[in-house]
Amino acid sequence: MSKTPLLEVRGLSVSFADHEVVHGIDFSIAPGERVALVGESGSGKTVTALSLLRLVANAKVNGRALFNGNDLLTLPESELRAVRGRDMAMIFQEPMTALNPLMTVGEQIAEVLTLKTDLSRAELAQKVLALLAETGIPEPARRARAFPHQLSGGQRQRVMIAMALACQPSLLLADEPTTALDVSLRGQILELLVRLQHSHGMSVLLITHDLNLVRRFADRIIVMENGCIVEQGATAEVFAQPQHAYTQRLIASKPVRDVVESQGDAPAVMRAQGLQVVYPTPLAGVRGWFKHGQFVAVQGASFAILPGQTLGVMGESGSGKSTLALAALGLLPFQGELQIAGQSWSANAAANKALRRQVQVVFQDPFSSLSPRLTVEEIVGEGLGVHAPELSRDQRQQRVMTALRDVGLGTGDDAAMAQTLQRYPHEFSGGQRQRLAIARALIINPSMLVLDEPTSALDVTVQKQVLQLLQNLQRERGLSYLLITHDVDVIRAMAHGVLVMKDGAVVESGPVHQVLTQPQHDYTRILVSAAG
Amino acid sequence: MSSLINTVSPSLSPGRRAWLRFKRNRLGYWSLVIFCLLVVLSLMAELISNDRPLLVRYQGETYFPMARDYSEKTFGGDFDSPTDYLDPFIRERLSQNGNWALFAPNPYGPKTLNYFAKAPNPSPPTADNWLGTDDRGRDLLAQLIYGFRVSVLFALALTFTGTLLGILTGAIQGFFGGKTDLAFQRFIEIWGAMPELYLLIIFSAVFAPSLALLLILLSLFGWMGLSDYVRAEFLRNRQLDYVRAARSLGVSNWHIIRRHLLPNSMTPVVTFLPFRMSGAILALTSLDFLGLGVPPGTPSLGELLSQGKNNIDAWWISLTTFAVLVVTLLLLTFMGDALRDALDPRKADAP
Repeated sequence: MSKTPLLEVRGLSVSFADHEVVHGIDFSIAPGERVALVGESGSGKTVTALSLLRLVANAKVNGRALFNGNDLLTLPESELRAVRGRDMAMIFQEPMTALNPLMTVGEQIAEVLTLKTDLSRAELAQKVLALLAETGIPEPARRARAFPHQLSGGQRQRVMIAMALACQPSLLLADEPTTALDVSLRGQILELLVRLQHSHGMSVLLITHDLNLVRRFADRIIVMENGCIVEQGATAEVFAQPQHAYTQRLIASKPVRDVVESQGDAPAVMRAQGLQVVYPTPLAGVRGWFKHGQFVAVQGASFAILPGQTLGVMGESGSGKSTLALAALGLLPFQGELQIAGQSWSANAAANKALRRQVQVVFQDPFSSLSPRLTVEEIVGEGLGVHAPELSRDQRQQRVMTALRDVGLGTGDDAAMAQTLQRYPHEFSGGQRQRLAIARALIINPSMLVLDEPTSALDVTVQKQVLQLLQNLQRERGLSYLLITHDVDVIRAMAHGVLVMKDGAVVESGPVHQVLTQPQHDYTRILVSAAG
Repeated sequence: MSSLINTVSPSLSPGRRAWLRFKRNRLGYWSLVIFCLLVVLSLMAELISNDRPLLVRYQGETYFPMARDYSEKTFGGDFDSPTDYLDPFIRERLSQNGNWALFAPNPYGPKTLNYFAKAPNPSPPTADNWLGTDDRGRDLLAQLIYGFRVSVLFALALTFTGTLLGILTGAIQGFFGGKTDLAFQRFIEIWGAMPELYLLIIFSAVFAPSLALLLILLSLFGWMGLSDYVRAEFLRNRQLDYVRAARSLGVSNWHIIRRHLLPNSMTPVVTFLPFRMSGAILALTSLDFLGLGVPPGTPSLGELLSQGKNNIDAWWISLTTFAVLVVTLLLLTFMGDALRDALDPRKADAP
């Protein structure tokens, strides 16, 4: 680093109401450098970036952040406003909420330009088109007149990038720019960022939790944990020889395959033949009063899940994989055949009771999957009220404690456990909540779990722990899993068989090693290569 | 983060945490305390403002005029009629040779006509009538106390029935959705289009006006707004993962509604409670003001306001009634604001 740094941060600390979340960190970014700020949720990485532009509400920011010789933290508001957008721009995680839904994207890009430059109307329109074309949006002239909801997620993120680049900033802050996008789009957006960074010669600070992204993108990496920088250095060096224990843990957090491989034939736990799910959609006009349109969410899926094995269902958002999960749980009407241990779902709730005992579910978002107003005992013990109503209060409590211990939540003695039982979900972390959800499913001893993106909402290190737990449970109890995920690494670690879905159709299926090493379908190839 | 929360607040239920947040809002909390105090006091109005003594000791015997009627002859009067304890003659008898009577602090009831007032009606505030009298010679303070009680009790009842109906209909629509929801929504549109005020006028002409009739009529129309909120909450919550998880456990519909959906859908209900109360008080007052409300002779704030309008010189009538109304509504609004803040999910509970 012989060049004078573009941005030099010294002793930056941020606190909210006497609670410090960033503890005096130092780092610098050289001109034209690509730096990645890595850490898990709550590590303070986003707050750090936002505080550079003084965009954090109600926060107390201390320290110095020298940008081109000006201290961003003490600059008067009017001068800072000039810096924002012109010298330093930001891309946000969720392009849908970062764009104004009532303005066309062309207007939104032009707005930045009118604020920062004095171009004429014709020049403005031209510049907007040039910017959009640069980000690789097809038909930029038409897209400029589109509203955000008319664009796809990837296109919206491109618009955000065009907005950020409008005034040729020398530093671009990218806050998880690809997290909200599908896997196959992530690579494209990343390539775009690299290309634009080269052609504009700007610096980029990429904030992310995705190590694959960092490895491919960054020159230098800064690792944050709990508001402190624990390690920084050249990307290749840090990946090759991580010094700090936390960095080592992060890099080693790729899920490891540790499952019993398939052993011969056994009667399938779940077997589906030509499974089809159709949603009614409203029709426009008078016709819509009497008729519904049809949207085929899942068409003709066939699969079998053997005892003690995992069927991975892979696909992007909107591919129908979650619908498949709900149909397998008997929560959606479907056509075709689906048998669980030789029995099918019926319309009669009482007749389904035996099946419900066989198949249980764990959802993606550990925050919405637990009712916030029930205690742990009520949440985990709920299934007992339906399937084992004969238990006494004490027996039920014992069963709940056992279930919690099975998922690694019971560390203390019975007295400590009794206290845990009276806690509410908000007192648990994301990983702990996911364990609670697993305990709720396991307490009635099902033979199969439907796992709908069980680890997508979790930090990578926690994700690894939860996957290990699921692997252990499978080995000990011979559980079968129907695992829905978009994450190829999770499939690689967990699945025995794989189903690849796209737009409701199964495009490829087979044993996991075959699908991942010799993908037949183009789409599978994109997914696998995007995972790196 | 989680360990921090664990040590700070061990196992407080969300409801309890909301209550703590509510308590931290001093204005709202003290409004609640004062309002409750006022309601309790008004429930004991007979002990505060009454034309009968609470206790009489007359010629060695003890009487309880509050509970029983005594003839005037009992206390040495001439006629066999119920005693008028404001009569100077009776007063004199009750204070002679060791006799005594324990009067309420304000010795007038809501309907008492003070035949012995020293000033013409309506009389401005005097030592006898602390806030003056209305144009029929009734004590204003007594009127206000009993009027406040009627208003608050009526508002409580109306809020209760409206909330109950609102939750019930909203829950049914939101939980079952589809055709049930569609049918109910159309019904609400038609029902909501009925001219409520004209119906009230027509019904008060057909039937003898009474509080019960008013309660029924207002309840019939008062549930729709809340029902929409509860319906929206149910529609949102029923497709959350914890409801799906409960369904896949085989939990019954009724159990899902009671255990999962209702507790998580109560935020708008609770937030609106104080505002519904103040709305109900205002509704009763306006109807009384128009003469469509409570039967004549019932103490009522609206009737007092209309008296104030008719006797514009008698400033004490309109001013005091107005003050009582403003204080009541303000207390309710402060409570409502505090409740709304306490239940706002975006506000973190700072320790």
